[in-house]
Amino acid sequence: MGFEDWAAEPLNWVFLAVALATTISGLRVVTSPNVVHAALFLVAALAGTAAIFLLLAAEFLAWVLVLVYIGAVIVLFLFGIMITRAPTGRDEAEVDHQRRAPAVLVSAGLFALLAWGLLSQWGDTALDRITAGTPTEVLAEGLLGRFVFPFEVVGFVLLAALVGGITIARRDLSPAEERERESR
Amino acid sequence: MSPWLALAIWLLVVATIIPVMGMAIGYAEMKISAHMQSRIGPYFAGGRFGWAQLIADGVKFFQKEDLVPDNADRPVFKMAPVLVMVGTVGLFVVIPFGPGLTPQNLDLGIFYALAISSVGTIGVLMAGWSSGNKYSLMGGLRAAGQLIAYELPLVLAVVGVVILAGTMSLDGIVQAQISWFSEAGWSLGMPFVIVQAVGLGVFFIASLAELSRIPFDMPIAESELVMGYLTEYSGFRFLFFFLAEFANMFTLSAIAATLFLGGYWVPGVPDSILQFVGPLVLLGKIALFIFVSIWVRWTFPRFREDQLQTLAWKWLVPISLANIIVTGVLKVVL
Repeated sequence: MGFEDWAAEPLNWVFLAVALATTISGLRVVTSPNVVHAALFLVAALAGTAAIFLLLAAEFLAWVLVLVYIGAVIVLFLFGIMITRAPTGRDEAEVDHQRRAPAVLVSAGLFALLAWGLLSQWGDTALDRITAGTPTEVLAEGLLGRFVFPFEVVGFVLLAALVGGITIARRDLSPAEERERESR
Repeated sequence: MSPWLALAIWLLVVATIIPVMGMAIGYAEMKISAHMQSRIGPYFAGGRFGWAQLIADGVKFFQKEDLVPDNADRPVFKMAPVLVMVGTVGLFVVIPFGPGLTPQNLDLGIFYALAISSVGTIGVLMAGWSSGNKYSLMGGLRAAGQLIAYELPLVLAVVGVVILAGTMSLDGIVQAQISWFSEAGWSLGMPFVIVQAVGLGVFFIASLAELSRIPFDMPIAESELVMGYLTEYSGFRFLFFFLAEFANMFTLSAIAATLFLGGYWVPGVPDSILQFVGPLVLLGKIALFIFVSIWVRWTFPRFREDQLQTLAWKWLVPISLANIIVTGVLKVVL
């Protein structure tokens, strides 16, 4: 495919803009000195990812990303940051880390692995133009039909993680403390 | 009609609906609350009944200085009202105003609506944090805790309706209510509120909380937090938050009306007439919800923070989960 063909398709330009915005926000997540700004750039990166899913006509996945990650996970991130550090306004303390080199190495390795996996699977095969997304019904049939076992296993693992998280985070009071609390 | 022209028309419609509805609801709130408290309410602006009060208020907001506190995080502070507005405007995409009058009849309809409306929460947190003010930060934190807590029952309350209708498209849900019992040749409709009254109750309470309206106004509690995350906003940016809140009331009521009261549908009226009166019917049902929420606002005192969280986690979530189980079982059995 030559550049002329590429440029004639408006969706390609949309993809370019979205992909650039996502990459830049992703970079800013790790380079931003302010931890709240980093979380907000993560919002932008996730929104960009959702937009790429939309371009691939994976509507359900895109909106799950918005509802779960932007609407809940990031809100809890911000909530946690604000309730512990609460650097209102301009934050003087800069976020940085000593071990930059290993971090770069790990991310580059992950990128190489993913890129290699995708390229060896598809190479330069052009995918058919996707005109319509998968109807939700088909997705549901797959999830609760053919893939019901993995689905339930994932649900079980998540539940176990949830219970474990609460058990670790919550310390039971000693009998003396219990009595003191009751007398109050 | 070219898609660009259609888009331009819909944008124009939304850009008119949001301020007009915001002002209409604001005026209704002033007048109704006044009558509930044996006052007259606005009566001067516009000559009679004070009908132009909200227009005058709007003009006043435009004239005010656009203040950004010295201690504020400027870009975040300025982005926050925009994000809150995005969550509201995005909802208009899927609301069916009449037969064939849905801006975009998405297959995921209601799911999309819940996802896009959750974006506003980020805006509220941004506003609270970036103001560089303790009251705002407290307000933002309370808002985040509250919006997370009530998003769950809001989503779960909808599931019952989705199970009944067998679709997530809002237009499909209206169609399912129009032809609930359908035999060859005739059909009998049923608004889902008859079998999903519990769902409507949970949805309505949760949407009041999502709007941070009294009795769920801990985040902006005027008497202790001044105005919470809104404290530092002035002029046009404050107007944005204000309009977004009222427009959100409108859209959430529209979704409640569509899910539980049959949307644009009235029994016995054919589609050809509904095409024209449909939006008015929907407007009437929305007005009902808005009146009830104004009524609630001026009747109940504010919840304390722990009461508010107890209501969400210990009552609304279990109730809506039970509702889902019962609906699912009955759907399979019957």
